[in-house]
Amino acid sequence: MEMEIPYTVEERPDTGLYNGKLGIWLFLASEFMLFGALFSALIMMRTGAISWPHGYTLLNVPLATLNTFVLIASSVTVVLAWANFRLGDFAKGRMYLIATLACGFGFMIIKAIEYGTKFSHHLYPAENNFYAIYYTMTGLHGLHVVGGMIVFAYLIWPGAKLWSHDRQRYINRVETTGLYWHFVDLVWIFLFPTLYLL
Amino acid sequence: MAVKRQIRVGKSWMSPKEAEVALREALRAQKEEERAHGHAHSFWRTYVFSIDHKVIGIQYALTALSFLLIGFGMMLLMRWQLGWPGQPIPGVGGMLGEANAPGGIMLPEFYNSLGAMHGTIMVFLGIVPLAVGAFGNYVVPLQIGAPDMAFPKLNMASYWTFLPGGVIILLSFLAPGGAPNSGWTSYPPLSVIATHGQTFWLVGMVFLITSSLLGSVNFIVTIIQLRAPGLTYMRLPFFVWAQLVTAFLLLLAFPPLEAAAVLQLMDRLADTSFFMPSGLVVGGQVVEIAGGGNPLLWQHLFWFLAHPEVYVLILPALGIIAEVIANNTRKPLWGYRAMVFATVFLGFMSFVVWAHHMFMTGMGTALSAFFQTTTMIISVPSVVILTALFISLWGGSIRFNTPMLFALAFLPMFGIGGLTGLPLGLAAADIHLHDTYYVIGHFHYVVAPGTIFAMFAGIYYWFPKVTGRKMSDKLGKMHFWTSLVFINGVFFPMFIQGLAGVSRRLWDGGEQYAHAGPVLHLNKFMSISAFLLLIAQVPFLINFFKSMFWGEKVGSNPWDATTIEWAAAPSPPVAHGNFHELPVVHRGPYEYNPPDENVEFLPQHVASGSGPGPGLPQHAVAP
Amino acid sequence: MSGNSPEQIRHETRIYLTVFAALAALTVVTVAVSYLHLSGWRAIALALFIAGIKGFLVAGYFMHLLSEKKLVYAILAVATAFFLLLIWIPYTEKDSQDAARAAAIAGETAPAENGH
Repeated sequence: MEMEIPYTVEERPDTGLYNGKLGIWLFLASEFMLFGALFSALIMMRTGAISWPHGYTLLNVPLATLNTFVLIASSVTVVLAWANFRLGDFAKGRMYLIATLACGFGFMIIKAIEYGTKFSHHLYPAENNFYAIYYTMTGLHGLHVVGGMIVFAYLIWPGAKLWSHDRQRYINRVETTGLYWHFVDLVWIFLFPTLYLL
Repeated sequence: MAVKRQIRVGKSWMSPKEAEVALREALRAQKEEERAHGHAHSFWRTYVFSIDHKVIGIQYALTALSFLLIGFGMMLLMRWQLGWPGQPIPGVGGMLGEANAPGGIMLPEFYNSLGAMHGTIMVFLGIVPLAVGAFGNYVVPLQIGAPDMAFPKLNMASYWTFLPGGVIILLSFLAPGGAPNSGWTSYPPLSVIATHGQTFWLVGMVFLITSSLLGSVNFIVTIIQLRAPGLTYMRLPFFVWAQLVTAFLLLLAFPPLEAAAVLQLMDRLADTSFFMPSGLVVGGQVVEIAGGGNPLLWQHLFWFLAHPEVYVLILPALGIIAEVIANNTRKPLWGYRAMVFATVFLGFMSFVVWAHHMFMTGMGTALSAFFQTTTMIISVPSVVILTALFISLWGGSIRFNTPMLFALAFLPMFGIGGLTGLPLGLAAADIHLHDTYYVIGHFHYVVAPGTIFAMFAGIYYWFPKVTGRKMSDKLGKMHFWTSLVFINGVFFPMFIQGLAGVSRRLWDGGEQYAHAGPVLHLNKFMSISAFLLLIAQVPFLINFFKSMFWGEKVGSNPWDATTIEWAAAPSPPVAHGNFHELPVVHRGPYEYNPPDENVEFLPQHVASGSGPGPGLPQHAVAP
Repeated sequence: MSGNSPEQIRHETRIYLTVFAALAALTVVTVAVSYLHLSGWRAIALALFIAGIKGFLVAGYFMHLLSEKKLVYAILAVATAFFLLLIWIPYTEKDSQDAARAAAIAGETAPAENGH
């Protein structure tokens, strides 16, 4: 029933963008503001505190470093997926999407271990402001990882049908999801040193 | 023998029974044909989970208008208490429950709940969904010549995130401890130690903010990407510009509030101390938390959104007024370019004035000077826009229909609202006026006889496009004049009370304070005006529903307007795709009485001006 | 996208892998540098500087920002300006926070009244 919405797949000449690309960048701009507010809160807590612990004294740096590698790897796999889809290689592209999803799982499992260890020592958000902001920021970041994973799962399984109906539209969806995923990686790139290493 | 009644069906005459059979057969055949072409949709897909921007716009409108009525009802309860403090509320007093109003007499906590909920509902569940969700969704794609929004499914998701958010907020009345009562501003530490209702508020806000974010992405992409060929930015109707800037405000200003809401939820549910200072003692008990938090962090993050939010409340209204004025003066808007640049500048400036809501928090002189300066600067673009609208009337051939009456009244009312903001934006005067009724008077003038009047103008103006029928002008004028008089009766005395020093959020209207004595009688006057204002809405409600079914039928362009939604689409527009053929634009949006052409008005999408052509009715040609 | 021919895409792939290697190396550097235990603002500046380089690589190459359209740049520029405003907020409360902290410290040296 859907009437054709212009520029869903092909780019509008004057902007050079297709709708989804513009849409995802706008969404990322809003996410920039969301995490910005949290970083602002972190700074205000830290500068207002009588004493603020160094992250490396309280948090598991090796685990988080591993997680950083995992997330960076997942950023590579998603962009390789996109490249392979553009080459027409659906099987390889899908394999890289699955790798991305797996990295996401890996990240969440490591995070669960991290949180679990803390909880077993009764270190909850209420413990002090450091833990409060640590759990809140990494928790919200983790929710974003899960959100991305859900979309990848859709593209790998039910959503893969679109490859045969409208190939370019499918490739665009991989691209926009990838952009979101890279942003989630970007947030972690700043979150990791800020919370764990300073 | 009596002649049996015959019904004409097509070319034949048949009995009623046969006619019924024939009708059912025809409908069945039609549905079959639609299904074959893949067009059939269940009732649910067509009217409930629709992805058509017009249906979604109507959903937003009906929902938002309902919420506005609910918020209005809460205000009436408050005004009873303010006019007759401690007196049992007539009629509904017994229905409010013992926890809220034992013996029908309102408890202070319930008054505070009503205050917090009235503000929250009016701003987030009423005005923004109506101005942006309803008017924006319905009109913008039509005005830019698009078949729908850029992301129709996302549009549906927006509405279906908004509705649960609104329901959650309303459900808070049923929570143990009642609805949130820490103001619509939810300042900690009070909001953190408040009862469960506050959690409902926070969760509801997360839903609403999500809905808003999805919507704003949709609006921006739609306006940038789906403009018809020939529709350059400077040919856009001002309404579309207003919606574009509004969408950017929502996109970038709401996320900090979402972050703050998460932090407050953590404080409430996980006992963190983002906003909780050390050494807090509540009811003689030390609060067992880590402490070290800062209540001002909430205020900064809240107002970082809430200031741009007030421009979200006014910009779509200015957009509607501009459309109605251009159409009913039969001449182009004066200073269109200035209005556009002013709007964009206003959008940017709205992000750097927020702390003028925090002058009384102990900020230093440097910071105070900064925010006073930016606040004074931001008044300039508002004045530019209002002045341009006033000047647009000069030399016009004014048609005093109902939408135009609301638009004309909007101008001085918004003027009063805007001017009374100036002393609030100057820290020295704000010392006296902060948290008094002066503030309430100021912002209500901008939003009530300001934005809401613009909403009414929009409803009367676009009703024929949505329904194919006109609303009654007689009932409309009745609605207008009574509303105008009584709304001023409700809000003007607030300036007087505020200047006398009467604080806001007082459950007894200031009764206990000596300085309020001389102005206390105004409470009764305002309350009576409020009840009369309620009655003034009756002609509107009757008109709205009656005209839907029995209003005078009209063609596609009853207002002889130039913009595409009128001139190129039928009333109501084509179900899927809006236009029989997508329009191409050839000129600006307000070519009324164009100088070199032989016509009274020249729609944007019509190719040439000499003589009637597609979209240009005969009577548009000058005699 | 910078062209769709197989050679261009394979060329891009090589860039992605190079960036991956750089990011991995920089991650090691980030952690190593933290062991220096620099004082206060130096540590923050260095950490943010390295994170900035990593971020630039992710944004520039993985997100293709280096070859994006003007409109996207404009949107991000506006968002960046407002992001910086948010980061400025804690600075606006610097004086009040310093005063509160001084008062709290003074209060802590006095006999505790509330056992906290």
